[in-house]
Amino acid sequence: MSFRRFFRRRERDRELAGEIDSYIAHEIDRNLARGMNPSEAREAARRKFGNSTLVREATYEMNGIRPMETIWHDVKYGLRQLRLSPGFAATAVLSLALGIGANTAIFQLLNAVRLRSLPVQNPHELAEVKIAGGHGGWGVGNGWIAEVTYPLWEQIRDHQQAFSSVFACGVDRIGWGTGNQLKIADGLFVSGAAFQTLGVLPHRGRLLALEDDQRGCGTGPAVISHSFWQREWGGRDDVIGARLVLNDRPFSIVGVTPPEFTGLEVGKTFDIALPVCTRALWGYPLERRDLWSLIVHGRLKPDWTLTRAAAHVKAISPALFEAAAPTGYGANSMRTWHNFRLTAEPGGRGVSRLRKDYQTSLWLLLGITALVLLIACANLANLLLARAAAREREIAVRLAIGASRPRLIFQLLSESLLLAVMGGALGAGVALLLSQLLIRFISTQRDSFQLDLAADWRMLAFTTFVAVATCVLFGLAPALRSTGIDASSAMKSGGRGTTADRRRFGFQQALIAAQVAISLVLVTGALLFVNSFRNLATLDTGFRQEGLVASYIDFGRLSVAKEMIPAFQDDLLAKVREIPGIQSASTTTNTPLSGSSWTLGIRAPGFEGTGKDWSKFTWIRPRYLETIGIRLTAGRDFNDLDTANSRKVIIVNETFAKRIFGGESPIGRTVISRAEPGYPEMVHEIVGVAKDVKYAALREEIPQVSYAPQSQNPRSGPWMAVMTRSSLPSNQVASAIQRVIASANPQIYVRSEILREMVNDGLVRERTLAWLSGFFGALAALLAMIGLYGVISYMVAKRQSEIGIRLALGASRAGILRLILRQVAALLAIGIVGGAAMSLAVSRSAESLLFGLKPQDPATLIAAAAVLAAVALAASFIPAFRASRVDPMSALRQE
Amino acid sequence: MLQGTLDMLVLKTLAPGPAHGHTIAYAIERSSDEVLQVEHGSLYPSLHRLEDQGMIASFWGTSENNRKAKYYRITPKGKGRLSTERSRWESLVRAVTRVLGPATE
Repeated sequence: MSFRRFFRRRERDRELAGEIDSYIAHEIDRNLARGMNPSEAREAARRKFGNSTLVREATYEMNGIRPMETIWHDVKYGLRQLRLSPGFAATAVLSLALGIGANTAIFQLLNAVRLRSLPVQNPHELAEVKIAGGHGGWGVGNGWIAEVTYPLWEQIRDHQQAFSSVFACGVDRIGWGTGNQLKIADGLFVSGAAFQTLGVLPHRGRLLALEDDQRGCGTGPAVISHSFWQREWGGRDDVIGARLVLNDRPFSIVGVTPPEFTGLEVGKTFDIALPVCTRALWGYPLERRDLWSLIVHGRLKPDWTLTRAAAHVKAISPALFEAAAPTGYGANSMRTWHNFRLTAEPGGRGVSRLRKDYQTSLWLLLGITALVLLIACANLANLLLARAAAREREIAVRLAIGASRPRLIFQLLSESLLLAVMGGALGAGVALLLSQLLIRFISTQRDSFQLDLAADWRMLAFTTFVAVATCVLFGLAPALRSTGIDASSAMKSGGRGTTADRRRFGFQQALIAAQVAISLVLVTGALLFVNSFRNLATLDTGFRQEGLVASYIDFGRLSVAKEMIPAFQDDLLAKVREIPGIQSASTTTNTPLSGSSWTLGIRAPGFEGTGKDWSKFTWIRPRYLETIGIRLTAGRDFNDLDTANSRKVIIVNETFAKRIFGGESPIGRTVISRAEPGYPEMVHEIVGVAKDVKYAALREEIPQVSYAPQSQNPRSGPWMAVMTRSSLPSNQVASAIQRVIASANPQIYVRSEILREMVNDGLVRERTLAWLSGFFGALAALLAMIGLYGVISYMVAKRQSEIGIRLALGASRAGILRLILRQVAALLAIGIVGGAAMSLAVSRSAESLLFGLKPQDPATLIAAAAVLAAVALAASFIPAFRASRVDPMSALRQE
Repeated sequence: MLQGTLDMLVLKTLAPGPAHGHTIAYAIERSSDEVLQVEHGSLYPSLHRLEDQGMIASFWGTSENNRKAKYYRITPKGKGRLSTERSRWESLVRAVTRVLGPATE
């Protein structure tokens, strides 16, 4: 074999033709010399030479590249075979496309949130500096991108030596525009060195630099993102120098970031980037030491490893936390603070809530889709086996006349490879659609995600790998099996399948049992997730969510004097209460089930031994409990006589009463809340006990909660959250509130949420898992049933003459039915036992995603097995029934 | 004909000097007392294989009949191959003869 010869072989063939002509000419000369006439001479010369075409072919082939030629031939042969049975080809390609597509879609999401690096320079050199194990809700958190406080960031910046440069970054919403046209933009607050450290270069103008970020800075430069630029300025170049009014303060745009840079959070985008020092302009005093609002990243120095950097920041931690320590906390709290230690973690992939929330689910889904693909492969393998049986005689003939077995196996495999490649190509398209759909599915109104799902080498490699693996999975076994026949006996039997039928049936039956087993795992998983979702969705929260609307009202732009705030709030609340159809309305500082919480340390004199030295605190106005539907089991609600200057009172929930006071009545007892910045130590008297309701999240155990009157809230800001109950449609209520507040003053910002929807949005992960696992579980069962139906039909057809004989000898039709169904039942039993064992083994991995049931829930397993068994028996009843209707005479005559 | 024997006969025929296909075919037929009757065409794949292996080389020339013909000549590598093939053949023949023993008839 030689490539040079391979490409020259046409030329060489011509040369050989010339040689042959030369031979014939010489031979004719010779024959003429021996006295033949010319036509005799020509004939004799041809005879002497022999078959010239054969000679040329032999030489041509010698110059060929065998394997390459063979592959090409096999592919052509395979295509022809597929064209002969378009139904089979379409079924196979479609089921593979769906299977591979689903796998690739899940992989794409995993790739985007888990594997892909930020589009910045040398992302692997980036590290995030944060408190080891997080701050655990100590102090005040602002959003979820909040790992360090501003003073702590300054300490890190000034004292670390591991990084060539470090930067801080935080996110917040910013109102932009003027007057009534206020729009909300996603703001990215970065320290001066951010863009330079990341190595992000400006798309237009310049990006922020060190001198832009100085404590005490006023309004100044702003940088906008590429998408914001396109959206709001249509990509015009005159954007540089344009004025941008942010929360009523003028900024000027100095640059645009490149399109691929969307901030440090995967799945999120930003609109406007500002120096972090500007946060002070809007009431975030930078020196506030208890407010977590930033994350810190750094680029490692060339000779520093991540481990060394982590050890370094840990070593300097005590001094940093000492220097940045907040004041106004009790000794207990401060002990926690001083025990905080910094660490360094890989930062090149950015931060991601999607990753945190969905990583386990995505791996699980990848497992589920892989299993579905496996079932689809088993079906295809069965189909191919049946086809191979039909081609048995052809294969036997080819073996008999000397085809080598590897050559035949390869030829059969190339047909599967063709199917897999077509399925894979189509699957890649399906994946692009599916992954977009999935992103839409997990995006909610409050929280939408944009992921870069463009195909990259990882996705291509994954799809190729899956396609080839599936080809081998469904193609190899039938190829091996159908070429492993005894050629002579296959020929002798005249094409009727007497060859190793038992063995082949055995293999097909094993495939069916495996399919049943895998389906059981998937159906069990589906039932677990669906039940878990139902448990959460129908969970008794302790109050009726329907008809509740929570409106967040911010009047910070009006500069209401601090002492006037309570009266202003009362006034707005009165306006809301006047809206026709609103049954009741009141305010709270904490909307239930919104995920936020507020904790204070407490002490109950005389009951200190309980170990429960904290309570959630919510400040409410009178009739709040009634509005939301919390009944008082003892004592009284707050009223207008509970004022800032009267005795401090609280209502506690039942959990509080039980945990702190045991069986004793809490009414009239004293609770002391510990000091925190802005919250001096206070002595409260308990005046009521409220029914327990869910607090921050559905999944959480109900904590001890104290309700205090808003009039006694030591920190009342220019905002309020109004909870209304109405029997009118919630959308109508929300827009009515919007109207009423806007007519009071258009500068007031209102955002309303329907509580029921908010709670539903909070279940988006569980709902997604329930839907997807349910879908894949049903698909798996369906595929397995199709496989079962096919194999039983095939077996019945092959055994038709045997059944005919049995009937002729006096077997009853019911007996035949029993004979077939008994076989199915045996397969089912094997599959279900195997599947149950597999389910028990793997379900543990889903434990953290379940609610209200154990992963090894026996009822679920039994239900799944029952469903599967019922469907399987139904699927095999049809061919079994058909077998029992066989006419013995015609069955025998066929023999 | 035994596998590889044809190659050896071709090399032997070309040992005295270059020849074209027609000549080689008749030379083999004649020198083997017409025992080795083959279709002359089957010679050509063998010629091409030997040329690919570098045992023989080829050139186009004009024959004694004044016709175009492709001539083959043996290369030094081919000469080496011929002598090893010859000694292998002879030892094979000796071995077979010893096994068969003298003819009893």
